[in-house]
Amino acid sequence: MSHSLEIRGLVKAYTPGNPVLKSIDLDVDGTGLTAIIGPSGTGKSTLIRCINRLVDPTSGTINLCSDGRCVDLAGLKGRALRENRRLIGMVFQEFNLVERLTVMENLLCGRLGYVGAWAAWRRKFPQADVEHAFDLLETVGLGDFANQRADALSGGQRQRVGIARALMQRPKVLLADEPTSSLDPKTSFEIMLLLKEQGRLNNIPVIVNMHDVELARRYADRVIGMSGGQIVYDGAPDGLSDEFLKQIYGGEAWL
Amino acid sequence: MLSTTSAQRVSTAFRVDLWTRVLVLLLFVYVIYAASQIGFSWERFVSGLDNGARFLKRMFPPDLSKMDILWKGISESLQIAVLASVAGILISLPLGLMGARNLMPAWLSWTARTLIAICRSLHPVIMAILFVKAVGFGALAGTLALVVASIGFIGKLFADAIEEISEKQVEAIRATGAPFPNLVLFGVLPQVLSRFIGFSTYQLDSNLRNSTMVGIVGAGGIGGPLFSAFQRFDYSFVFTILVTIIMIIVVGELLANYVKKVFYV
Amino acid sequence: MSDAILAHPDGLLQQRIWQRHTTAQRLVRFAIWLVIALAIVQSLRTIEVIPEFLYDAPEQMGDMLQRMWPIDWPYYAVGVHAALVETMHIATLGTLLAIVLGIPFGLLVAGNLTRNKALNFIARVVLVSSRSVNSLVWALLFVAVFGPGAVAGTLAIAFRSIGFVGKLVGEAIEEMPRGPIEALQAAGASKASEIRYGYWPQLKPAFWSIVLLRWDINVRESAVLGIVGAGGIGMALDTSLNLFQWGRVAVVLIAIFAIVIVIEVVVTQVRRRVL
Repeated sequence: MSHSLEIRGLVKAYTPGNPVLKSIDLDVDGTGLTAIIGPSGTGKSTLIRCINRLVDPTSGTINLCSDGRCVDLAGLKGRALRENRRLIGMVFQEFNLVERLTVMENLLCGRLGYVGAWAAWRRKFPQADVEHAFDLLETVGLGDFANQRADALSGGQRQRVGIARALMQRPKVLLADEPTSSLDPKTSFEIMLLLKEQGRLNNIPVIVNMHDVELARRYADRVIGMSGGQIVYDGAPDGLSDEFLKQIYGGEAWL
Repeated sequence: MLSTTSAQRVSTAFRVDLWTRVLVLLLFVYVIYAASQIGFSWERFVSGLDNGARFLKRMFPPDLSKMDILWKGISESLQIAVLASVAGILISLPLGLMGARNLMPAWLSWTARTLIAICRSLHPVIMAILFVKAVGFGALAGTLALVVASIGFIGKLFADAIEEISEKQVEAIRATGAPFPNLVLFGVLPQVLSRFIGFSTYQLDSNLRNSTMVGIVGAGGIGGPLFSAFQRFDYSFVFTILVTIIMIIVVGELLANYVKKVFYV
Repeated sequence: MSDAILAHPDGLLQQRIWQRHTTAQRLVRFAIWLVIALAIVQSLRTIEVIPEFLYDAPEQMGDMLQRMWPIDWPYYAVGVHAALVETMHIATLGTLLAIVLGIPFGLLVAGNLTRNKALNFIARVVLVSSRSVNSLVWALLFVAVFGPGAVAGTLAIAFRSIGFVGKLVGEAIEEMPRGPIEALQAAGASKASEIRYGYWPQLKPAFWSIVLLRWDINVRESAVLGIVGAGGIGMALDTSLNLFQWGRVAVVLIAIFAIVIVIEVVVTQVRRRVL
């Protein structure tokens, strides 16, 4: 199965008349890692959050397609929205784990869209999910941590749990909103590598928001530069010359 | 040589400032005034002390002959406390959830909070009087009165606790496509459950104390026998009852601490 | 914890089980739920409920509300206002008295301040007893000793609050950082100085918060003490109830409700500005 995301004419204005996103057109498919870079406030986070509707777009369409069959995420409500959210995994800047639950329980949160309330309360998840969770824990290198409380983990470990949680959903798209901004440089590399590998292994596109240009250059297959709510660069990382960076971020001293 | 006259430096450390002095003076004046208003006079007080000494003498030795009345009254108080706490906790959980402004639409949270506020405002004894009028004398009136008191206490604190949770954790659960009940179970409850258990055990303890007195207005429990003992001047029985009440409450506190430990509060 | 990969003797891998709690923990939790359920069932079975009264209830409540109308507003000036003021006096004097009497016990019960275990224990017994007996029951006691009236009410409020104030003061002292205290001890301060300059400044903010909270609660409690003759608005309530003057009962209830709300607002404002 091949999955892709088609965004057309996406506009988001938090206050009327001041659009943060000014008509974005974007296609993402394949299994590569797409990095979105740009200065703060330019709408990167808004763009990503519009995809899984944590933010509601003002207008435009966001089509999530699998083998040709598409669903417009922008127009969904209620149950349909929840059912489609299950197909989109998200990794957060501040990990957003449920601190008081164990690592295992946090992973199983990824399946909350599929179990009923009674089973959830009694913590009776399908055995297939439990097996999958153990496998993912091994994959992210946290095999011994299943019963540790989430607040006992380091930042890097927490983000790995976050990635595993997102992958538990067996998503069609993996989103990451500044996943490495709260981590030290070495851990950031590890996390980016993990994201990239998992995208390829699971055959899904990965879209990552970031502000570290070097990191983007090193791990992304495709870089999208945003400035002023619009896409000003869309191409390979090596094409990202200083000219483009100036256009995206403004100013020269930092280059 | 230049001679400088240095002003004496006065230490201001620990000096009680002017406002505090004024406040203390005002309080002092108030105490004198209020004491006269309520009919306090030294003669009455001293004669009262004398009375009190005689009173204490009449309490000893404690009357151990009416154990069956004591037992019946105490067990009824315990029943009232248990049922009122359970019902109060069960109702406060959804009601407090509905009162959380960060989770619920404004009309629902406003309604829930108003309901909780009304439950809080009237004293359990007053509620007991009203319920006695509605459902007759006996333990039912007492239980209902304490259910209302429990809702007022637990409901408010629970709603406040939910409003203080970290939104980020909820956001992550929402992003997985979880339906609302699962969102509450995994995103909200883990953050507030230990506080909820704390409020509930506190209210159980409070209900245990209150259940001993609603009987004074006829709403069941040991309060009834206690009141009639006072009216009969049977002070040694009064003493027995009071000691029993204190012991039960102490045991209740110990049990509550144990339960809290088991549920990792 | 039972989540390891279990190796079967033949070398086959068994299912990996995940349990939120160990079996021992589950048993204890189950036992507690069981005890709670038993307590509920036992209480339900033995509690005396007369079904006819239960079905009658809505009608009775409706009847009571009807009789409360029209509300006897003039009664406020005659019987209620003075009683309300008396209630406030009872609450305030009682709280002040409780502070005076409660602080010493709070100092005695704190393990780090008072080293003598026997004193700790006695203080604890006093505080627990004070808390366990309701203000209404204290009122009964004091009415028996000092006769009916607001003096009995004030003492009742005071004696009930000693336990509250003392316990919280004791806990606050026990949780205090040791540093400043040790510094004073090293400098050779007397016990009294230790208390005044070491403990008291750290205690102050928590203390006023405790006092305000207790005052708020005491106003509510003072309002009902009159039912057993200890003064305040409770006596007006009791009289009108006994004479079935429901219009007056309504006025009294509204007055109590209003004063409780006013006090809550006052306390919230004071907390915000001063604490």
